[in-house]
Amino acid sequence: MSATQKLSELKIGAEARIHGFAPEFREAGRLREMGLLPGTKVQLVRWAPLGDPLEIKIRGYHLSLRKHEADSIEVLVPTA
Amino acid sequence: MATPVPPPPRDPITFALVGNPNCGKTTVFNCLTGMRQKVGNYPGVTVEKKTGQFFSLHGEPMQLTDLPGAYSLTPRSPDEAITRDVLLGRRSDTPRPDRVVCVIDASNLERNLFLVTQVLDLGLPTIVVLNMTDLAREKGLVIDSEALALELGVPVIPCQAHQKIGITELRQAMGRQTLSPPDRKWRLPEGLESAVLRIQACLINEHKVDPSASFASALNLLSESPEKRSSSCPKCNSFLNTADTLLKEEERSSHEAIVGARYDFAQAVCERIIQRSRPEDALDLSDRLDAVFTHPVWGWVAFFSAMGLMFFSIFTLATYPMEWVDQMFGLLSSWVSATLPKGDLTDLLTDGVIAGVGGVLVFLPQILILFFFIGMLEDTGYMARAAFIMDRVMSRVGLHGKSFIPLLSSYACAIPGIMATRTIENPKDRLVTILVAPLMSCSARLPVYALLIAALFPSETVPALAKAGIMMGLYAIGTMGAFGFAALFRKTIMRGESSLFMMELPPYRLPSLRAVIIQMFNRSKLFVRRAGTVILGLSILLWFLTAYPKSGSESASVQLETSYAGRAGKLIEPLIKPLGFDWKIGIGLIGSFAAREVFVSTMSIVYNVEDDQDTVVPLRQNMLKEKWPDGRMVYTPLTCVSLLLFYVIALQCVSTIAVVRRETNSWKWPLFQLGYLTATAYLVSWAVFQSGHALGY
Repeated sequence: MSATQKLSELKIGAEARIHGFAPEFREAGRLREMGLLPGTKVQLVRWAPLGDPLEIKIRGYHLSLRKHEADSIEVLVPTA
Repeated sequence: MATPVPPPPRDPITFALVGNPNCGKTTVFNCLTGMRQKVGNYPGVTVEKKTGQFFSLHGEPMQLTDLPGAYSLTPRSPDEAITRDVLLGRRSDTPRPDRVVCVIDASNLERNLFLVTQVLDLGLPTIVVLNMTDLAREKGLVIDSEALALELGVPVIPCQAHQKIGITELRQAMGRQTLSPPDRKWRLPEGLESAVLRIQACLINEHKVDPSASFASALNLLSESPEKRSSSCPKCNSFLNTADTLLKEEERSSHEAIVGARYDFAQAVCERIIQRSRPEDALDLSDRLDAVFTHPVWGWVAFFSAMGLMFFSIFTLATYPMEWVDQMFGLLSSWVSATLPKGDLTDLLTDGVIAGVGGVLVFLPQILILFFFIGMLEDTGYMARAAFIMDRVMSRVGLHGKSFIPLLSSYACAIPGIMATRTIENPKDRLVTILVAPLMSCSARLPVYALLIAALFPSETVPALAKAGIMMGLYAIGTMGAFGFAALFRKTIMRGESSLFMMELPPYRLPSLRAVIIQMFNRSKLFVRRAGTVILGLSILLWFLTAYPKSGSESASVQLETSYAGRAGKLIEPLIKPLGFDWKIGIGLIGSFAAREVFVSTMSIVYNVEDDQDTVVPLRQNMLKEKWPDGRMVYTPLTCVSLLLFYVIALQCVSTIAVVRRETNSWKWPLFQLGYLTATAYLVSWAVFQSGHALGY
């Protein structure tokens, strides 16, 4: 079983799979081209020292996004 | 699909160099072309255009154009638009290249292969450079480059451009007589694929589209929203409708389907050709370094140490070469005036040309050091971390983490700072950064600050602590002003959705000194050329304004008073009197437009020349003797403070205006910038002087 939540709600070090983008999110196209596609494995690596932005690992590379953007990205988290 | 045989390439063969940002593309470019580079601009936009000549192993000349780094050929920044337009042959200033060299980062293969699939769709003969194989090996990735070549259907050259490994092999591949255009290896999902193939066939047969790029054109047609599609062909439209229906059933956009198919291909290729010697989630060196550099405590220690070292070097190390430059121009000037007969021509050469050019070149050591540090920060990968930890601060005022370095650079000089804003993708973020950059106190203000702070104190020597304190205060006022105005612009004229903050954190790597130095010289060349020409012209103009009309008097001070500059100073005196400035300061203000530190030399002319004896009284003492006609002191502490604030805020720099004009490609923004900064400077100085005056200072 798995549940959807926001990418920004993941715990540090936790892994999930991309589910989709919030419908009003305008930058989905760009993130898709960066490889954030439904089903892609993503890991939240860390938050910046001042609490924003955050760093994710996806397809073997590291990408930084702001919380505001990570709020619009839905992920599937496996539930125990 | 049968591949058409390409016509024999023209002479010299032209290559375009494409790749993701951070893939080492520029290093490959430097390895191939060395110092034989031409750096310019694409007309109409602010994107840098770099071309270089080199020779194949058989001695044939070849030409290489370095295109801006791009994550995708669907452009989302002016840089990426250039890359796409050049590759499609849509720019009149740059002919379509004969061949493409696509550089990919071996340590980040999947995402890089996404771009490769787009590049190969263009139908140009392509060579793939598998760069940073050493970095991939460190990450535990063993890549079979021959298998990759088979998968992609194009030559793949493994390379470590930083160590110049693989460059000979690359030159050999580039010099090959024939290089076939690639076949498409990736496929769309079944139903969609056949629909797009039918559109492609229709484009080739009915619309005479060049077959090599016809698939890309068909995809383009599909990507456009149904209302905007340019095709009126009923055949095409029926196939497009089929595709639209399929997508609707899957609840996907065409963009999602196409990007997804490309990534599926990239992922499958990676699985087949990469062997992992370590589990995927094992921590590598970059992860361990990041644990320190983005740490809540050590991250800041590292950050402030790096910035501290940079500024220490700019303001201390640079002073020695700056003195040499200064002395050199001094010697040249005395040699000219000793050799040539006394007269206007000699004056023009010494006071106009030599003093003007010297005034700019004296900053060259600082600029070189600044660019060296920026290059090192970029090349090691630390720059992205600095933006990562600073973004929160910058976003508070509506700026981008990437605005930080341009603003920081502006402490040395606004020109390289403004040039460095090119890395900011969002045009609004970039424009706001450009608009506030001149508020960061540049080093040309330092001599002015030093002189005026000295004039603030009655004693011969200024207490070091007080001087440092005031200096810091001035820097703080400028910086806060920059942040304040950025926030204001973001809420008013630059309103709108704050941009996507999407920044890659590339792996750390050892910098290539060679690459950093080549970049340092290229950027500095632009600084010298851009600033040098403007300042030279203006220095000559200023010299003319102070030397004409001739008063006929032997006294230089009388000459100055009767000159155009003196008249201009007197003309603006009523305007600047409410700020506490007299017409002599007015001359200094006008002169400052060439470069702010000219204030000091102008003031030396204004005051030292009044002393008819040969002994040179220190400028400061003479300034303190200056009186208004009614006997009050001109340089009261209040006037000095007012003048200092004016210098903190005002945009008195023609070179900055010229650079902003180039970077924004319009007169609108530099004039707006000049207007708002001058108005603010005037208001602040006026308010401070008037309220200080009312309080009895």
